[in-house]
Amino acid sequence: MNDLRTPLARVHGLGSARDGMRPWWMQRLTAVALLLLGIWFVVSVLLLLRSGYVAAHLMLADPLNAVLMIAFTTALFWHAQIGMQVIIEDYVSTRWLEVVLQVLVRFLAVLGALASAVAVLRVALGY
Amino acid sequence: MAEFSLPKNSKIIPGKHYPAKPGTKTPRTFRIYRWSPDDGQNPRMDSYEVDVSNCLMILDVLLKIKNEIDPSLTLRRSCREGICGSCAMNIDGTNTLACIKGLDECSSGIISIYPLPHMPVVKDLVPDLTHFYAQHASIHPWIRTQSPPPADRERLQSPEERKKLDGLYECILCACCTTSCPSYWWNGDRYLGPAVLLQAYRWIVDSRDEDTGTRLDELEDPFRLYRCHTILNCTRTCPKGLNPAKAIAEIKKLILQRQT
Repeated sequence: MNDLRTPLARVHGLGSARDGMRPWWMQRLTAVALLLLGIWFVVSVLLLLRSGYVAAHLMLADPLNAVLMIAFTTALFWHAQIGMQVIIEDYVSTRWLEVVLQVLVRFLAVLGALASAVAVLRVALGY
Repeated sequence: MAEFSLPKNSKIIPGKHYPAKPGTKTPRTFRIYRWSPDDGQNPRMDSYEVDVSNCLMILDVLLKIKNEIDPSLTLRRSCREGICGSCAMNIDGTNTLACIKGLDECSSGIISIYPLPHMPVVKDLVPDLTHFYAQHASIHPWIRTQSPPPADRERLQSPEERKKLDGLYECILCACCTTSCPSYWWNGDRYLGPAVLLQAYRWIVDSRDEDTGTRLDELEDPFRLYRCHTILNCTRTCPKGLNPAKAIAEIKKLILQRQT
């Protein structure tokens, strides 16, 4: 289709989305959360090194540890989802492919976060 | 769909070579991007050996080539002192103004000169800035007020308020920063780019302007503003030493501030 719109009409396009601040801010908030929780996670995993399932169960049976672990996995998937969303917006210019990928990434992120939470709860409450 | 072949005119072929005149004392070699819309050829890199004994700046070299070696070389220039922004181009790997880029600041080998990256080319070193200027117009780069001006004086501004415009008003819209930004390369159709966002911020912080909220509304968009990923090429390349990345960060801060 021949685009005979003026340059200004093309720049205005569909107008401002009046949005964009929230994902940008959440990406930074989850980054800070991941930095703090990440340190806790690495230390916890190092402490569990060479010990078996029982030790992991005992660690997660402490409600504080279980909450921190679920917070860590949730922040991880949240942060990854926003990051992937931005990357897809940046580099995928085929519209249908972009929409499919965006939906897929969101579904996978929610599923991943839910599965991680259930796994943590199972280890924490099970045995 | 994904593109498996390069767009038209992406392949640059070797061009003509113009050797120095015999007896030239200080020859330097310049490789210059050449493309004409009229001959149907791919772009080529012509190389010129130039006697630079009387040349201080790259613009001097380009004008010497045009005047004495090859009059077909096409470029924009006007003020020759870094205030009009016409001679913005990619010199020795960096976007800058040919008129204030000294020969002594360039690398010692062959110096390559291209038009500003990722813009449509009109001819040789002249890029098409239509879209860039339309983006500038879209942010209403003028004062917007409801209150009538005082009857007996201009709209007043304290020295502190005026100081906020320092580092912003000096922008000459040469497009060096915008065309150095990878995010602008990929999404320039919707992302406004560093130069235009710096200009937008210049009016947002102007104490005399009464339309700050509308200006922020217009910018709050995942593409117009938030395509800035703080790559900072803009700040590195600005020939006037300005900091567009900081202006963009300030806009983001103001939008956050009004939500909290």
